[in-house]
Amino acid sequence: MPKAKVNGVEVEFENGMTVLQVAELAGQEIPRFCYHERLSIAGNCRMCLVEVKPGPPKPQASCALPAADGQEIITDSPMVQKARKGVMEFLLINHPLDCPICDQGGECDLQDQSVGYGRDETRYAENKRAVEEKHMGPLIKTAMTRCIQCTRCVRFITEIAGVPDIGLISRGEDVEITTYLDKAVASELSANVIDLCPVGALTSRPYAYNARPWELTKTETVDVMDALGSAIRVDARGPAVLRVLPRVNDAVNEEWISDKTRYACDGLARQRLDRPMVRRDGRLKPASWGEAFAAVTARLEATAADRIGVIAGDLQDIESMKAAKDLFAALGVASLDCRQDGLVLGSGPRESWLFNSTIEGLEQADVILLVGTNPRLEAPVLNARIRKLWMAGKARVGVIGEAADLTYRYDHLGAGPSAIAELAAGGSSFADALKGAKRPAIIVGQGALTRSDSQAVLAAVASLGAAVGVVREGWNGWNVLHTAAARVGGLDLGFTPAPGGKSATEMTAKGALDVLVLLGADELDLSQTDAFVIYLGTHGDAGAHRADVILPGAAYTEKNGLYANTEGRVQRGERAVFPKGEAKEDWSIFRALSDLLGHRLPYDTLEQLRAKLFAEHPTFGQLDYAPGSTPTALDLAALGVAGALSDAPFASSVGAFHLTNPIARASVTMAECAALSTGLKLAAE
Amino acid sequence: MVGILEDKDRIFTNLYGRYDWRLEGARARGVWNGTADMLSQTPEWICDQIKASSLRGRGGAGFPTGLKWTFMPKAIGDRPHYLVVNADESEPGTCKDREIMRNDPHRLIEGCLVASYAIRAHDCFIYIRGEYVHERERLEAALIEAAQARLIGKDNIHGWDCNIRVTHGGGAYICGDEMALLESLEGKKGQPRLKPPFPAGAGVYGCPTTVNNVESIAVTPEILRRGAEWFLGFGRPKNSGTKLMSASGHINKPGVVEEAMSIPLRQLIDDHFGGVRGGWGNLKAVIPGGSSVRMIPAEEAEVALMDFDDLGARKSGLGTAAMIVMDKDCDIVAAIARLSYFYKHESCGQCTPCREGTGWMWRIMERMVTGEADPKEIDMLLDVASQVEGHTICGLGDAAAWPIQGLFRHFRPEIEQRIANYRSRRANVPGATLIAAE
Repeated sequence: MPKAKVNGVEVEFENGMTVLQVAELAGQEIPRFCYHERLSIAGNCRMCLVEVKPGPPKPQASCALPAADGQEIITDSPMVQKARKGVMEFLLINHPLDCPICDQGGECDLQDQSVGYGRDETRYAENKRAVEEKHMGPLIKTAMTRCIQCTRCVRFITEIAGVPDIGLISRGEDVEITTYLDKAVASELSANVIDLCPVGALTSRPYAYNARPWELTKTETVDVMDALGSAIRVDARGPAVLRVLPRVNDAVNEEWISDKTRYACDGLARQRLDRPMVRRDGRLKPASWGEAFAAVTARLEATAADRIGVIAGDLQDIESMKAAKDLFAALGVASLDCRQDGLVLGSGPRESWLFNSTIEGLEQADVILLVGTNPRLEAPVLNARIRKLWMAGKARVGVIGEAADLTYRYDHLGAGPSAIAELAAGGSSFADALKGAKRPAIIVGQGALTRSDSQAVLAAVASLGAAVGVVREGWNGWNVLHTAAARVGGLDLGFTPAPGGKSATEMTAKGALDVLVLLGADELDLSQTDAFVIYLGTHGDAGAHRADVILPGAAYTEKNGLYANTEGRVQRGERAVFPKGEAKEDWSIFRALSDLLGHRLPYDTLEQLRAKLFAEHPTFGQLDYAPGSTPTALDLAALGVAGALSDAPFASSVGAFHLTNPIARASVTMAECAALSTGLKLAAE
Repeated sequence: MVGILEDKDRIFTNLYGRYDWRLEGARARGVWNGTADMLSQTPEWICDQIKASSLRGRGGAGFPTGLKWTFMPKAIGDRPHYLVVNADESEPGTCKDREIMRNDPHRLIEGCLVASYAIRAHDCFIYIRGEYVHERERLEAALIEAAQARLIGKDNIHGWDCNIRVTHGGGAYICGDEMALLESLEGKKGQPRLKPPFPAGAGVYGCPTTVNNVESIAVTPEILRRGAEWFLGFGRPKNSGTKLMSASGHINKPGVVEEAMSIPLRQLIDDHFGGVRGGWGNLKAVIPGGSSVRMIPAEEAEVALMDFDDLGARKSGLGTAAMIVMDKDCDIVAAIARLSYFYKHESCGQCTPCREGTGWMWRIMERMVTGEADPKEIDMLLDVASQVEGHTICGLGDAAAWPIQGLFRHFRPEIEQRIANYRSRRANVPGATLIAAE
């Protein structure tokens, strides 16, 4: 490996690294504003100047300069110091001194680096430049006078988010970052520019003037807004979750999160169920836990096990589903289901419902077929990953389903199931590409797997997959993209109907059950059921409206819980704040109930519950591990049941991106975004 | 004799448009003569000849042209090669390429063919300044003539397919920087790219590219026709050849002339441009190469030679060899302030030192003009200039700093006097009448 000297210390580096990266290898932190390792190199802030020998006798931008063998890199010479101080002075002459009222204060790159390189007094006697505010939608607040034109936001929006909505116009000292026509940035990833902005030019609008970073309790946890399980940090002050920020997890979300992940958090403070309620005289009335439990136990004890059903929702942690399963199995209940949408997977091998290539592993794929999914809405961060592949020219993408704007070009092979057979028959150039692919991947979405003919669709897609060798030595490209954070955990747990049990769809039919227990299940049509509904959940959403007894539970930021993402990666969520009011953690509610029902669950603490869980389901014990393309016996031919296919086109399971779960539906910010996006769509049509 | 160069040694024999610029006329002056013979040699031979002639880039930086050509890959790989001719001549005071394209377009076209062959390019772009409408029309007409005569294009009589296209800019000075030019050529915003990669590795559309000035390209066929020895016969070593030189400002007969390199600056002014207004003794300073170099005062101009090395040693530069002559009636501070405004206006805004520094320098310069500035600000201005110089992506930052540095290097007492005058409410005399007249 080539070697270079950094301030006299010799380091080995890999070919293709830049001088900045080599200096960091040697432990020298280089100040920078425009450079970001996940964006293209702009080299325009000039803060990362270093001296390089051999080379011209002037400082060079280390972010853009390839390191060479035998190079001598000097990061602390007087020349370098002077250059950086000069750049810092230039950055500050037109930067307002409004740190006390700037939301970036305390986490501002410019502020931090000015401590190291700033002058103690100003030499600039002219007027400072003022720049007009720009409208960037309900999420991004602008103070463009603070902008230092690093163009990180432009590069993120054009390269990663894939929409041409932010740009740099004009010339010289008049350059401005703008949305051109003052329209909101039409991307599901737009708010990541707030994190990227090294100064306070782009800040969070919903969080504006709410708090200072040092007042916040920071909790590292995982997201439940989609099935990716993005790594997030929840910042809370007292009982209130004030904001959600991404953490770096290269295996899942790199360092991006969707706008829903980031901004649905104001929904955690609205429409909350903070005390038990019991329906009396047709109205839900506040009750004590004792009264609520009494109502529940009376009903459950009076009802035959085959007339009781339990449905788990999309945001549930694995522990609460485990406790529910243990309790109701002890009562002899067979009707358990975690598939509110009627997903057809869940009975075969585990690999049949996982995203087997893994999200990071998808970057190895050379041909990707999307069936019945719109990843831009269902998993925006994954969509950015596919776009990255496409941008690098590494993968060709085909779509069967809705011809939506996915931010990359693809072969549209058809809207409905008939396209699967056409593709299998061959003849098209995409069919040839798929057949000739070294690592083909098929991503099947919920839009294809929750229809009345889904068994047949599944069989058709699986046999196509088998024909093109989606599962082969060292590669498993059979990918199911879930949209519910709880889904894979539920399926892995076996939260599915036992023999003789009813599915979620059957349970909600008229006269099917006498008691229906909803574990945070809000995406159901409850208009037909005449059962006594016990709702354990967090928000006054669809399930609570129909409930006869409400048991207030904890939202994802309020409990320690495990979640398995679409890859089968089990991740641990941490509690950031306590449950609201009298609400309790979900598993402990079942534990208390089990006592009253005479089937005491054998655990008193979450640790004991987890110990039992890991013993019975070893997969959950492997934290932060995705099985991925490990050698597998997945037999694609055994999936689904061949049958008649309907002509109906596939539709994404996510209609309104901003309103997919009870938390998001309670969020004012999400409502604003949803109104804007439907408004935009109407205008476009 | 007027000047040094004899008429028989002039390359641009129709510089003043006295003769026919069309193909017939150009052929009569020797253009397209023996081109096929040149192309029957290997590309390496051509590069060697140009290297031997010590031809240095005529765009201002003076990089050896032959050497630049050898940076191109030795064979065409999976990416095509391109020749890009930089005809975005926007340097203040400079209009030498304009005369070539206006009056001798075939010389440039022949050069494009020869240079394309030397770097193994089948495609050549001439990126012409947006304001050069008339020149663009001439050039396009000449290209049509040459294509009809099958001198260029596909299956031409020279046996090297060469497709030459003219594209024009939108009038931004920064697009004269080769990297910004390539961006602009690709249809993007004219902002210089980072180096490395250099154009020979990844230039226009990511393909190996050579970018040369119009004059550098236009003189190559003549060098090959007459031999490197002939070209070496003019000027001092490493500064050989003939060069278009021009003068504007306070001289009696402004214009463009072809002269031998290393001609004494004074001889050039006196012989060709009718001398300084009011006589040599009235000379105050000369900016010898466009506006982007440091000025030299009269006493140095007296002995300076017009070549890269002599002017470089005087902390100035040959640049485009387009002199801006300023006599003693000139408000030299206002002149440099105007240049500062130009650089502030033309900065692309991409990188910090230039974006912020050019505006700052201009504003201080404006105060220097009136004398309102603080004497301490002179050192601050020079410090700011040094913070811009050498810290930017392209050369515009340097170009903005140098005129100011040149001014203070030679005329600092004058500005200090001006500030003192302002503070004591005395009128400032030099140039006052001219300013009033304007």
